[in-house]
Amino acid sequence: MSDGLAFFVDPSRCIGCRACENACSECDTHRGTPMIHVDYIDRSRSIATTPTVCMHCEDPTCAEVCPADAIKQNVDGVVLSSLKPRCIACSNCVLACPFGVPKMMVRLEQMMKCDMCFDRTSVGKRPMCATVCPSQALSFVSRELIARERREVPVNTFQFGAQEVVTKVHMMAPAGTRAISADQGLSFDVSEHLWEEDPA
Amino acid sequence: MKLPASPEALAAEYGPHPAYAPPGGWEGASRQSVDKLVKTHCCFCGQQCGIQLKVADNKVVGFEPWEEFPFNRGMLCPKGVRRYLQSGHPDRLLSPLVRTEQGFRPTSWDDALATTVTRLRALQEQHGKDAVAVYGGASLTTEKAYLVGKLARVALGTRHVDYNGRLCMVSAGTAYKQVFGVDRSPLPWSDIPEAQVLFIIGANIGECAPITTDHVWRCRDRGGRIIVADPRMTPITRNADLYLPLRPGTDAVLLMSMLHVILRDGLEKRAFIEAHTTGFAEVEASVKGWDPLAAARVTGVPPASIEKAAHWFAEAERAIAMHARGLEHQSKGVENCLALINMTLACGHIGRVGAGCTMITGQGNGQGGREHGQKCDQLPGQRSISDPAARQHVAKVWGIEESALPQAGLSAMEIMEAIHRGEIKGLLSICFNPLVSLPDSAYVREALEKLEFFCVIDFFLSETAQHADVVLAGSLQEEDGGVVCSAEGRVVRIATAVTPPEGARADSAILCELGRRLGQPERFAFASPREIFTELREASRGGVADYAGITYERLEAEMGIFWPCPSEGHPGTPRLFEGGRFYHADGKAHLQAVADRPSGDPVSDEFPTFLTTGRVVSQYLSGTQTRRIGPLHDQCPEPFVELHPRLAAAHGISDGDRVTVTSRRGVLELPAKVVTTIRPDTVFIPYHWPGKRSANVLTHRTLDPRSKIPEFKVSACRIARAAGEPRRLPVVSG
Repeated sequence: MSDGLAFFVDPSRCIGCRACENACSECDTHRGTPMIHVDYIDRSRSIATTPTVCMHCEDPTCAEVCPADAIKQNVDGVVLSSLKPRCIACSNCVLACPFGVPKMMVRLEQMMKCDMCFDRTSVGKRPMCATVCPSQALSFVSRELIARERREVPVNTFQFGAQEVVTKVHMMAPAGTRAISADQGLSFDVSEHLWEEDPA
Repeated sequence: MKLPASPEALAAEYGPHPAYAPPGGWEGASRQSVDKLVKTHCCFCGQQCGIQLKVADNKVVGFEPWEEFPFNRGMLCPKGVRRYLQSGHPDRLLSPLVRTEQGFRPTSWDDALATTVTRLRALQEQHGKDAVAVYGGASLTTEKAYLVGKLARVALGTRHVDYNGRLCMVSAGTAYKQVFGVDRSPLPWSDIPEAQVLFIIGANIGECAPITTDHVWRCRDRGGRIIVADPRMTPITRNADLYLPLRPGTDAVLLMSMLHVILRDGLEKRAFIEAHTTGFAEVEASVKGWDPLAAARVTGVPPASIEKAAHWFAEAERAIAMHARGLEHQSKGVENCLALINMTLACGHIGRVGAGCTMITGQGNGQGGREHGQKCDQLPGQRSISDPAARQHVAKVWGIEESALPQAGLSAMEIMEAIHRGEIKGLLSICFNPLVSLPDSAYVREALEKLEFFCVIDFFLSETAQHADVVLAGSLQEEDGGVVCSAEGRVVRIATAVTPPEGARADSAILCELGRRLGQPERFAFASPREIFTELREASRGGVADYAGITYERLEAEMGIFWPCPSEGHPGTPRLFEGGRFYHADGKAHLQAVADRPSGDPVSDEFPTFLTTGRVVSQYLSGTQTRRIGPLHDQCPEPFVELHPRLAAAHGISDGDRVTVTSRRGVLELPAKVVTTIRPDTVFIPYHWPGKRSANVLTHRTLDPRSKIPEFKVSACRIARAAGEPRRLPVVSG
């Protein structure tokens, strides 16, 4: 793992361009299929988009629910795709992940997910999505740089009902946020910004 | 002439077919062993991001970010990531083609070139030299753009040469040239994060200049305020501190009203204005009537928002006004830019770190492509073709008599109109797809059908090229290197990563061969782009865009050089106008007052809704390249009509319904995208597609009188739910 660098996601910077999806699907381990996805929160009411990348939980729910014990973390805490010899393609992990990350690759009969570009980070490069992201909604940089340059602050604790999840990947949130608990829905309507009344 | 075969037959043979896998396939040998990584720049858009191309077996098989290049530091948009899929593309033209009764037939290079030269010469002998016109493009390297101008003026001797940058940067260029004496962004992008206020008008930065987004967000991180003025909320609006939803075509009024507030409240920098500008008294008088309430009635922007925007911009010590085609694609595009410059300079925001106004250049070489002589009124070095001294200088470099150099010709749309009138009968075109990109496409098709001879140089058979008599199989950007100039004014080096595939030729070699065959062997004897660049440097020497001190070696070692760079020891000029010194002889900025006037296609009872057109992030210009790249095609496979739920409800339209959009030129049927992020009196259609999906079926031919840019951003239309179409349940489109 590249020394001292960490992964930060800031949905408020995302412009929905899908450079991350396109770059991810160039990887030779899952050609043509991205392990990251970008969604509109609600395109009918907003231009806001958000990227979803594996958060690499300290205590990964996907591994906990795996009946075949096929999902492992490496020494850096990166949660890996299922081990092919063990995976029974049951999709428990797909259903259980609180962030909606793992994908069942039917063709390969295996769950595949983001491994934070092990092939790149193991040789000192940054993960592909965070390298290309034009808005740096995805960043792979030092904590000091994030603390020094960003307006938002990193949070890595998430509250899903009673379940608290702590992750290796950080989400950028407004200062003062301790844990991210719900989608802070963003809704815009141009008509609220217009001058339409006749003042006469 | 009509198409030589049905559109379906042409599409089956020449595409666009979307490619999804690298040359040879994902499992192919070339993917396994990469021969080299080549540092170069993206072929799509004026940001000119640094990128490394993976080359194997003389094909580009992938990419690797180039993190050391200072502008983008590895960042890329989806177009940059996927650009390599053009390599080895099944639609690639691998032979010259000639028209027959049954479609196109491959032919030899000798036959194609000889036919082209004979036919063009015959037309000129019969009807005069100006019966032939030349179209260039702003995605060409600067060397090729230089050759296009020289070929037209020296080899063909026609005055009619212009380029597709006429649809892009000319309004901004005209305004900057008139006020500042130079047509270039006054500041490097590293200034953007240093501003305290960014005023962004008519610029869909997130989709059309994606890498600039990071510069904007870094400004915000440092506490900068973001003001966005646009009829649509584009992606960058999500973090705007103030959003001004102006009505299409009312930009100048909004800007004049902001200046009204600035002057009313005494926020202007009088000492700067008096020391460094002329014409301010007229500007001051012109904004007197535009108090915020009067402006609100025209623009639809609340008076309080205008006041706030004006105060933020003027009270900041450092502010930057950024603009793109929204401001410029209007029949008053130049005046809009002048109004923006007036406001910026009244506040003294120029020539300092983090302060100024800047245009966001659109096309790959949108800046460099307009500097060295393929514009109808300019010679190399951004020299005016009507300036006797400039003519003498360039004629000397070219080894011709000044009197042999033609005068200014018609602009791009005017050339098409002269073709339609029958005055221009022959056309040589490279890097331009006017059937998709010019307004009023039915009219453009009629004009193309009237041409007596039409030769196209291209690597894919574009919709326009389907009308050609001869097609010369040209080269991709990575097959014929040179230099380009980015939106910042930074000249960068395009590497020749691979050679053209067998059967195709480098564009620069084709242009030179045409020049030689047109009787100018010694003036087109260039053996390489480097030799062209050496002459170009001389032609630019002493001009406004002075490249004399730039060499390929310096560009590679210094990661680009900002012009002007008059000598090899000169470091280049990232920021213009430091110390308030402008490029006119008196050193001053020549401000010009403007007045509001209506659009060329006004809304009426019959056509009550504004139509505005623009781009999506996954497509580039007329889509000739990006509609052939599978993942980019899939990201936005079809155009759509974007409209507000209030307008949709008035017409019984739901999201996903088929909608007819009718203008004074034509009618289009497209799916509805119902969103609250657009003004309720305006619809938006992206323009990258041809034929029955072409937004330009609807747009009009009114040009700005000075820049000759068409008014893509303001048309009048009416909408209706398409008859007989069953209503579907609303779906959220992405």
